[in-house]
Amino acid sequence: MQGIPELIVSQAEDHTEATRRDFLYYATAGAGIVVTGAAVWPLVNQMNPSADVLALSSIDVDVSGIEPGTQLTVQWLGKPVFIRRRTEEEIAAAVEVEVDSLPDPLAFNENIDGAAPATDANRTIAGPDEEVDPEAAAGGEWLVMMGVCTHLGCVPLGDGAGDFGGWFCPCHGSHYDTAGRIRRGPAPRNLPVPPAAFVDASTITLG
Amino acid sequence: MIRIIKAAIAAFALGSSAALAAGGVGHVTDYDFPFEGPFGTYDQNQLQRGLKVYTQICAGCHGLKFVPIRTLADEGGVGFSEDEAKAYVASEIFVADETANRHLYDPQIDALRELEWTDNFPANESAGAPDLSLMAKARAGFHGPANLGINQFLNGMGGPEYIASLLTGYTGEEKEQAGTVLYGNEAFPGGWISMAPPLYGDDVEFDDGAPADLESASKDVAAFLMWSAEPKLAVRKQMGLVAVIMLGLLSVLLYLTNKKIWAPVKRRHKVEPAE
Amino acid sequence: MAGIPHDHYEPSSKGEKWIEKRLPIIGLLYDTLMIPTPKNLNWMWIWGIVLTFTLVLQIVTGIVLVMHYTPQVDLAFASVEHIMRNVNGGWALRYIHANGASLFFVAVYAHIFRNLYYGSYKAPREITWVLGIIIYLLMMGTAFMGYVLPWGQMSFWGATVITGLFGAIPFIGEGLQTWLLGGPAVDNATLNRFFSLHYLMPFLILGLTIVKIWAFHTTGNNNPTGVEVRRTSKAEAQADTLPFWPYFVIKDLFALVVILLVFFAIVGFMPNYLGHPDNYIEANPLATPAHIVPEWYFLPFYAILRAFTSDVWVVMFASWITGGIIDAKFFGVLAMFGAIAIMAFAPWLDTSSVRSGRYRPMFKWWFWLLVVDFFALMWLGSMPAEEPWASISLIASAYWFAYFLVILPLLGVIEKPLPRPVTIEADFAEHYGPDEGGGPGTGMRLPGEKSATPAE
Repeated sequence: MQGIPELIVSQAEDHTEATRRDFLYYATAGAGIVVTGAAVWPLVNQMNPSADVLALSSIDVDVSGIEPGTQLTVQWLGKPVFIRRRTEEEIAAAVEVEVDSLPDPLAFNENIDGAAPATDANRTIAGPDEEVDPEAAAGGEWLVMMGVCTHLGCVPLGDGAGDFGGWFCPCHGSHYDTAGRIRRGPAPRNLPVPPAAFVDASTITLG
Repeated sequence: MIRIIKAAIAAFALGSSAALAAGGVGHVTDYDFPFEGPFGTYDQNQLQRGLKVYTQICAGCHGLKFVPIRTLADEGGVGFSEDEAKAYVASEIFVADETANRHLYDPQIDALRELEWTDNFPANESAGAPDLSLMAKARAGFHGPANLGINQFLNGMGGPEYIASLLTGYTGEEKEQAGTVLYGNEAFPGGWISMAPPLYGDDVEFDDGAPADLESASKDVAAFLMWSAEPKLAVRKQMGLVAVIMLGLLSVLLYLTNKKIWAPVKRRHKVEPAE
Repeated sequence: MAGIPHDHYEPSSKGEKWIEKRLPIIGLLYDTLMIPTPKNLNWMWIWGIVLTFTLVLQIVTGIVLVMHYTPQVDLAFASVEHIMRNVNGGWALRYIHANGASLFFVAVYAHIFRNLYYGSYKAPREITWVLGIIIYLLMMGTAFMGYVLPWGQMSFWGATVITGLFGAIPFIGEGLQTWLLGGPAVDNATLNRFFSLHYLMPFLILGLTIVKIWAFHTTGNNNPTGVEVRRTSKAEAQADTLPFWPYFVIKDLFALVVILLVFFAIVGFMPNYLGHPDNYIEANPLATPAHIVPEWYFLPFYAILRAFTSDVWVVMFASWITGGIIDAKFFGVLAMFGAIAIMAFAPWLDTSSVRSGRYRPMFKWWFWLLVVDFFALMWLGSMPAEEPWASISLIASAYWFAYFLVILPLLGVIEKPLPRPVTIEADFAEHYGPDEGGGPGTGMRLPGEKSATPAE
């Protein structure tokens, strides 16, 4: 009859021998998994955006030819971007609106804090050599927004279209005002303002 | 039969010299390049010098249409910063051949738009000169012996060596053939090339003060063209090394595992196989 | 499987029984993996796993490459450069795919010559062998069409030459060639259909590979002695064999990893060594390269194709006897495809009752001469089509046919073979000492591995 100490020792020996024998197998399997992972990763990563696509994630737009009251539409990341130089009347019309009464009271501007209210100032970008005053109610001339209706993705018509002097989406009848904010219709959000800034007097960088 | 064997031996022996006269391969010098060998990588300064030679001398006739200009800022290559690359596009490289670059056409201005750093280098077919993007891989400087491929195995394919040899290989002779002027060149197959010598020595001044003699400038532009053809060389060799190490480790482990599994089947003593 | 007596899979858990009753797939896979395999297999038996791995590698890298490739004549070359420069890891995927083709052919040639030496093509494995020849032909078609896709100079002109061969067929040749090309010359129609077929054929190869595994699992593997596994009792079968898992899976994996080490060294350090620089030049239908050379794995057959010129007597004879229908060009085509087709008839041309070349002293010389001949033809395929290479190519081509048509039939009659071992067990014991009991591989079991049968 084996005593307790002998039992423990013999069990320990068995365990040690088993682990010694198994260690090689685990090590080999582990190395095999690492090599397989190293092989699989490039197969997955090749579907990520390629270098040429990533390079176009940021583009420069020449806006020197845009007069007040006119708009330039450029394609960026596969979607249209409205770049409008607003007139005094358009700015004034946007400032008059009570922000709390808007269907979407948030600015939806990627250049500022997400919780910022949709005041006219928070919807625009600073002009060349200017700074946006967040306290001010009125924004600047330059309105840069994604030209994609926040309802189901159609491109809204611009140049004073719709009942609020801004943009109108013909697909399901969403009306946006002169600051690109949704006023009436099924669209839930204001037209998004993408990362945009003047890098010199005549160039805006998107992204 | 003996006749055939004799002819075979003669063909081997006469190999290269007869071949050149008959329009075969030329003479290629085995120049050294820093990117040769399993651990070689590009010399950033050399690539920048080569870029300057390309821009100021070659780009007038030769396009580089597969190389995106932004790759000048990529790792393991020319090593520009994003600003330097944008400055290069703005002031140094320009479209020399409008018809070959119609992809830049902008209907709104009814002309080619400005080159941007996200574009590729412009194409150039104005002088009928081949594009240089892949030239360093499209030519083999080393051959044989007798098509056995030993030379290429030991020394590499020899593309950049061929380019440098061609640029330094002009004999100075000229001849006219069917209305075209041909220039004697020791490296070019057939011995006569339609490109006039593009470099004479000291054609370009280098910012780092490196020598600009004919051989140095030729090697620099050849190195740059190797980068144009194979911008991923550095990361490729790195991957090769990592793969060899990982697979080497795995093969050792599998060898031991295999031995262990088979041991009780094979027993220790290996009996000598009966004849 | 294989008619070799062995224990079969028995589902133990409720889940396993549920599946097995509806679709006995676990049992199928289990029995396939555990199949009794001759225990004396040597290192020339590892090529099967290399071939299977490489097929999967090519399919996987091929599918991801197709995500970025454009099969249109103006865009194809540029799309390959896009892969090389812009796609994440695209350069690696391209180089692996291109060199993977070479790996595939290295493995298939080693595999074919292994079969020729050890008589694996002989009864009862004729179907396995013929399936293999068909797979080989599909591989050649796949590789040929794949090489056209980058639309370089060699892509275009190689396609022109090879499709031109079909034009050499009498009467139907021109129509057939136009049909293949989709036009008067290699152009966009050709590129698009080659793309489609290049995508399709590997899956045909995959299907035939599965059938081939079914075939040689039915007959059982051959082994270096050519002596069959004993099937008279389970005990004897167990003395001759070991279960495929783990013994041969681990052995095969080891060999595969060593080969992949060399493969990735080539991909990492000399990825263009086996290629042709001319294929880095965009295809130009108006300028022919100085030397049109196929990839290395086609060279032996290319040499045979070019060897039969109009001044060769057998060509002249064929032309005379068919009233000019068979000309030199067509004869070359017949010779090239004939050289592959003749291999399919080896099981019936080889008259020897001895299977393995190990015990055939005369055969060995002729076999190794065939190997030398194969490499000679490969080298000759790269040389220009002039003397003295043309005459040497003819001799080398003649030997290839003579081996199958003259030597194999004759040897069976005149050769005196060496004595074969009585059993695989005896052969194995000769090298490693007798198995001191314990049965097949009971000494080592991998962690977590259940016993092979409930009986153990």
